[in-house]
Amino acid sequence: MSLSYVFTTLPELALLVAGLLLVLLGAFRDGPRGAGLVTAGALAAMVLALVLVVLGDGTTASAFGDNFVVDGFASFLKVVVFLGAIGTLLIAQPYLRRSAVERFEYAVLVVFSTAGMALLLSANSFLALYLALELTSLPLYVLAAFQRDTLKSTEAGLKYFVLGALASGMLLYGISLVYGFTGTIAFDRLAELYLDGETRLPLGALVGLVFIAAGLAFKLGAVPFHMWTPDVYEGAPTPVTAFFAAAPKIAAMGLTIRVFIEPFGAYIADWQQIVIAVAIGSMVLGAFAAIGQRNIKRLMAYSGIGHVGYALVGLAAGTEQGVQSVLIYMTLYLFMTVGTFAVVIALRRRGQNLEEIDDFAGLGRQRPMLALATAIFMFSLAGIPPLAGFFGKLYVFLAAIEAGLVWLAVLGVLTSVVGAYYYLRIVKLMYFDAAPEPLDRGLDPELRTVITVSALVTALFVVMPSPLATSAATAAAALLQ
Amino acid sequence: MTAPLFVFYVLAGICVASAVTVISARNPVHSVLFLILAFFNAAGMFVLAGAEFLAMVLVVVYVGAVAVLFMFVVMMLDIDIVAVRQGFLRYLPVGALIGLVLLVELVLVFGTLGVGEVPFPAAEPTPAGVSNTEALGAVLYTDYFFAFQLAGIILLVAIIGAISLTLRDRGPLKRQDIGKQVHRERSASVRLARVESGKGLG
Repeated sequence: MSLSYVFTTLPELALLVAGLLLVLLGAFRDGPRGAGLVTAGALAAMVLALVLVVLGDGTTASAFGDNFVVDGFASFLKVVVFLGAIGTLLIAQPYLRRSAVERFEYAVLVVFSTAGMALLLSANSFLALYLALELTSLPLYVLAAFQRDTLKSTEAGLKYFVLGALASGMLLYGISLVYGFTGTIAFDRLAELYLDGETRLPLGALVGLVFIAAGLAFKLGAVPFHMWTPDVYEGAPTPVTAFFAAAPKIAAMGLTIRVFIEPFGAYIADWQQIVIAVAIGSMVLGAFAAIGQRNIKRLMAYSGIGHVGYALVGLAAGTEQGVQSVLIYMTLYLFMTVGTFAVVIALRRRGQNLEEIDDFAGLGRQRPMLALATAIFMFSLAGIPPLAGFFGKLYVFLAAIEAGLVWLAVLGVLTSVVGAYYYLRIVKLMYFDAAPEPLDRGLDPELRTVITVSALVTALFVVMPSPLATSAATAAAALLQ
Repeated sequence: MTAPLFVFYVLAGICVASAVTVISARNPVHSVLFLILAFFNAAGMFVLAGAEFLAMVLVVVYVGAVAVLFMFVVMMLDIDIVAVRQGFLRYLPVGALIGLVLLVELVLVFGTLGVGEVPFPAAEPTPAGVSNTEALGAVLYTDYFFAFQLAGIILLVAIIGAISLTLRDRGPLKRQDIGKQVHRERSASVRLARVESGKGLG
């Protein structure tokens, strides 16, 4: 071990140390004022970690033996994950203030979970992967149950915990099979397993890979391991749902890409069919199951399942272009989904948070700017040009076509046409239906900031797509070199 | 069949059987007892594999602490086992089918092909010349420092989570505040009243 490890792991170290300090701070400064202080500290820590990642020199470096690696791919996704965590922690503040669950543990758990995601993106062995995954998930289970006095929130937390434990079990079983049949859990050594041109895994390790894929699909919320998402999204407090939809999903996607491309990259013939099957299932279910939903959080859950499906189309291509397209897709999805959830938190009538889709009725007349932002997010989620969501899908489908998966791209286009129905229904409700009662006026500064930034990024991506596209290309190249 | 293999099959057989009983026993206390039996058999298998330190840790931590804690929880909570079991029969066929398919798959994979040649030699449970405990201690804080620290943070997060989910402010509790006690003045607690005889305080 050497001192250089400290510099390699600096962003994660900063987050973990900040987490430890914030626990102490919160314990000594109880009450709402303490919670505000801890939240400010958590935001500062995440901004610091973000700056540290951006300032990193971009070269590939590893630490702690086989366990930790920093490369362009990890750094890119860390920036996206930190942005998501900062945005969702910001929009959580007005909600927590009003619903009287303002406790300092919220920010502390978000910091620890975000640190876990950063470690997850840098994991370079299955041991580091599993531990980082647990560090990510454990705070999420608690956050889902954070409104402990409401039955729905507790139920969501328990459901997520039990199913998450099951997924961890499957993942561990898969890892143990891979270890048993190859003798190593380090990604680097797995990658150099058969340099002599052998392109099939030993059968036992392949069974292990399937189990690992199942565990990862659960964390992604992809079909057929999606069943927890609607219930957990609906039951958890809205800002927690926003956090679930943003940061962990992106971290899990990054992890999935790394696991398939790095240690098992040579065996694409073995895993491509799994990814394709999961992608098709997710796209179709996301499109059709969302139609009947009445709750906006459930709708966003099914929408999230669908979007993971589209992103996996890019991974199914298995090429550098495919990885680049997934990175672009997930980044743009982050802005759309965080913006949408900020609107949901802003939507209140007589002090009560609204969660039904019908509550969007009349928004266009009463709150024109909020309705405009919502319309931008909805059109973008539906994938209508010239908004960001369209370009995300374009990159993904182009990558699939280049890799010869034309039919998969066609299927993706068809399901996104079906999916457009329920996004556009919200726009129709906002502009053409009348509200039964007026909505509350006023917009908290945190919500205003997040909604404005997200809407601007979503709407104006078409003007300047090259910064994101280039950095995603560099990140993908770093992974596939 | 060699003696170690025979012992292994006995231990493994009891382990699987008691694991099945854990989920099928009617009485939750019996479930916990069978869980302890399963732990003991797993510890026996660790001894068989040469990992006696892990065996002892399993007995001390899981049987000594975790299972006893389970026992407390099961005895203190009033679990309506009939309500918990509702739907058990309904989901049993699907679950059993999936389990059976998995079992057949695994038997096919391992039975017909065997483990075969492992590209990288797996770690030895008992390195030559070093005791089990010593070997673990040598790598735990060096090669696996990263994993060890991460595990520690995960435990801390678990504590924070458990406290934030269950600790409730129980309203005005009487707590001792030594500073307040020391600073208490005589005037705050004693009042001299001149009472006329025969009248009382009124």
